[in-house]
Amino acid sequence: MVSFVTGAYILAALLFILALAGLSKHETARRGNQFGMAGMGLALVATLLLVLDRVTEYDSTAGWVGVGIILVAGTVGAVIGIRLARGVEMTGMPELIAMMHSFVGLAAVLVGYNTWIETARLGHGGDAVHDAEVFIGVFIGAVTFTGSVVANLKLSAKMKSAPLTLPGRHLLNLAILIGSVVLLVWFANVDGWVALAPLAIMTVLALVLGFHLVAAIGGGDMPVVVSMLNSYSGWAAAAAGFMLGNDLLIITGALVGSSGAILSYIMCRAMNRSFVSVIAGGFGSDGTVSGEARDYGEHREIQAAEVAELLAGASSVVITPGYGMAVAQAQYPVAEMTKRLREKGVDVRFGIHPVAGRLPGHMNVLLAEAKVPYDIVLEMDEINDDLPDTDVVLVIGANDTVNPAALEEPGSPIAGMPVLEVWNARDVIVFKRSMATGYAGVQNPLFFKDNTQMLFGDAKDKVNEIVAALG
Amino acid sequence: MRIGIPRESRPGETLVAATAKTAGQLAALGYDVVVEQGAGEAADQPDVAFTGAGITVVGADEVWASDVVVKVNAPTDAEVARLRPGATVISLMAPARSPELVERLAAQGVTGLAMDAVPRISRAQSMDVLSSMANVAGYRAVIEAAHEFGRLFTGQVTAAGKVPPARVFVVGAGVAGLAAIGAAGSLGAVVRAFDVRPEVAEQVESMGAQFVTVEMEQEVSSDGYAKEMTAEQEAATAAMYDEEARAADIVITTALIPGRPAPQLVSAETVAAMRPGSVVVDMAAANGGNVAATVKDERVVTANGVTVLGYTDLAGRLAAQTSQLYGTNVVNLLKLLTPHKNGVLTLDLDDVVQRGITVTLANDTGAETMWPPPPVQVSASSGASPAAAPAPAAVEKAPPDPRRRLYAAGLAAVVFLALATAAPAYFLPSLTVFVLAVVIGFYVIGNVHHALHTPLMSVTNAISGIIVVGAILQAPIDQPAIQVLAGIAVLLASINVFGGFMVTRRMLNMFQKG
Repeated sequence: MVSFVTGAYILAALLFILALAGLSKHETARRGNQFGMAGMGLALVATLLLVLDRVTEYDSTAGWVGVGIILVAGTVGAVIGIRLARGVEMTGMPELIAMMHSFVGLAAVLVGYNTWIETARLGHGGDAVHDAEVFIGVFIGAVTFTGSVVANLKLSAKMKSAPLTLPGRHLLNLAILIGSVVLLVWFANVDGWVALAPLAIMTVLALVLGFHLVAAIGGGDMPVVVSMLNSYSGWAAAAAGFMLGNDLLIITGALVGSSGAILSYIMCRAMNRSFVSVIAGGFGSDGTVSGEARDYGEHREIQAAEVAELLAGASSVVITPGYGMAVAQAQYPVAEMTKRLREKGVDVRFGIHPVAGRLPGHMNVLLAEAKVPYDIVLEMDEINDDLPDTDVVLVIGANDTVNPAALEEPGSPIAGMPVLEVWNARDVIVFKRSMATGYAGVQNPLFFKDNTQMLFGDAKDKVNEIVAALG
Repeated sequence: MRIGIPRESRPGETLVAATAKTAGQLAALGYDVVVEQGAGEAADQPDVAFTGAGITVVGADEVWASDVVVKVNAPTDAEVARLRPGATVISLMAPARSPELVERLAAQGVTGLAMDAVPRISRAQSMDVLSSMANVAGYRAVIEAAHEFGRLFTGQVTAAGKVPPARVFVVGAGVAGLAAIGAAGSLGAVVRAFDVRPEVAEQVESMGAQFVTVEMEQEVSSDGYAKEMTAEQEAATAAMYDEEARAADIVITTALIPGRPAPQLVSAETVAAMRPGSVVVDMAAANGGNVAATVKDERVVTANGVTVLGYTDLAGRLAAQTSQLYGTNVVNLLKLLTPHKNGVLTLDLDDVVQRGITVTLANDTGAETMWPPPPVQVSASSGASPAAAPAPAAVEKAPPDPRRRLYAAGLAAVVFLALATAAPAYFLPSLTVFVLAVVIGFYVIGNVHHALHTPLMSVTNAISGIIVVGAILQAPIDQPAIQVLAGIAVLLASINVFGGFMVTRRMLNMFQKG
């Protein structure tokens, strides 16, 4: 039986690898997801068979109760999960994903405690390595849990997205880490129920650390945070695999962990910032440059009807959406406008900055939801060279990602960050609610360029007006 | 201030610097506009049209005594002499090629603004007369060619036999070239075009023509105009010109280099090898011509029956249209020069457009020569985006000593081996699996398309719900606390598993190709 289960686990691990590989291309992504489901199904069935096999062998009441618990909890979880997945708005994806990370984190904490209870109950502690596995698993799980909860709250605007900057916050984080190492030594050297003390204290500390880490990171860095938490949830699963000696958990956790780490790295590179500086948090709050009063000149305003006229007369249009488009739920009107313009023979494309939105690839999902064909949605590097030949660029709810200061002002807090060079186009229309600065708190000289015009108001309403004017 | 629109003195000139409509627009800027009798006759703008628009029609002397004189052609010596000191004259001037005109304007103490010196930047497009005139001229070049060409442009299959389409070769894909491509294409011809700037290939193709390429090193234009080529490039292109011209029924050349004579692109031998009845329109005739056989302002028929047209008044042959466009360019310029709409012309020399067109500037003692202006860089160049300003901190950092990295790696390996030796045997196989899986993860994810990052995250989310396996295995353990915790863990993890896969499926179904 055990051999059968191990074989099933190996197959499941292979299917997971195929799932991730499949997701690298649009053409194979759906099949990738199916591989993932198949792998998960195989793993679950094999595990259930193993449990049933053991329970029938020993035939204890507790065993049958356990099977009942598994079935009930699993069914309830499945129902909740499917309902969440069905109901979620695509603009709410970041919150949902953050919330799901917190579930993995909490599950890892619980599994870790269970593992400890099991050994403690037998009156002897495990060896040091096993103790460390449990300890680290609980630690990562707890950090993931509170971190994800805070990320979820920030993304759903239930908590202020501005970074929380406590004095000496780096020292605080360091102190928690050192404290946890000390507690680990204590934990490894006591046996039985006494060991609960270091474990519990560490859990509390880790929960605080997770909270504090993410609270210190501003809303605009959320793509990095979400992918970082994704990575953590993977490491938590891998740690659980170590303590249970379960290779499937180790493999899957490592896959997820490294995938999240790579994504974080991609996001950081897109912002030209080191991973450490993002994690250390507080970006935009300690930048004194942002307060600099500088005269950029005057901006020009434009009305929706004039924009429609401009678009109808253009031969190529590039739309660069940002988080503002998600907030205003403007993706459907934007898609409608795109359709109308394409029918008129206008070449419409989308330019997506890697960190646009609050989740890696957030804009792509929103545009896909609104049925914008994915082959006209290009990434920054693909579109930047074409911008000088573009007639009109529509900047919808983006700010820092189209800021020329990143290239032109070495002293700017976002200096060196690659941006969409929209100002090279003939005309630039910026959809914005007001002249307020973006998340980075940096004024955007784009708004004051000669070829830029501002369209103030709610992006959704304005795009609808343009669609109406296009007729 | 008074703006005067004189009658053009050049023989055969049909254009006028303002139509009734644009004169009215000038008046709306606060100017007092006067037009010379008969100024617009050849452009379908009779005097009554002007008076109908509320513009005064006056004699020549009164026009030339105005504060601002707007005309099409550069003023002649006699005309310059009629300007009063301190006045402003606006016209085409070709200042780079006519230094004597610049001197004369300065001597007369007048401000000279050259309409044809507008820098080619996006903001100044509305005043770019060269573009608007070239557009009309390109169209007319095709019409002239069609007139001379003894065949249809469009291909047909008729009861009387098959008519092949005319084959048109356009040299230079500037405004004139593109207009010619469009006009020839809409008449039904097969159009091929060439330009030394490879970046215009897309524009050529967008007009429905085929872009001819030459295998050679090419440069990206930095000022919006084509550059003259190097010797090797020239040899390669000469062969192409020869081949294309021989194959074509109509050749239209538009190649100009600012401030220089036009390059000769089509040799006498090439023209001699063209089929009888073919037509060559040399739109660069005014600047010396691109074709060896061209005679300025003349229609020449070569010995082998090829008609070579060197007309320089192509735009003027559509006088009403061109005058309207020229007039609108003038209105747009004066809008810029009259920021307060009070009829007072003010020059702001800090503005690149205004600085660019100012050839001479009147002052108290006379006038100073302002030509040539400082160069303006056009943003149209693709590769020339401002080199990313070096982040100061990043540059200062010295690259770390490679040996230090090696030592660190060595130390890490030793520490790891020490730990591994001390670790229990059951731990190491797990570690092996872990390390290999991390490596696989890095490689697999490294290739993911950026648009799929969100689905990727939700799938990994679902997969990390695999922790449910751990919880399931713990659930049957005979200990109430463990069973409760395991139950909660199963619940949470299965939310992830099912929710994650479902939401991924939903998202992926949305992605569709257009």
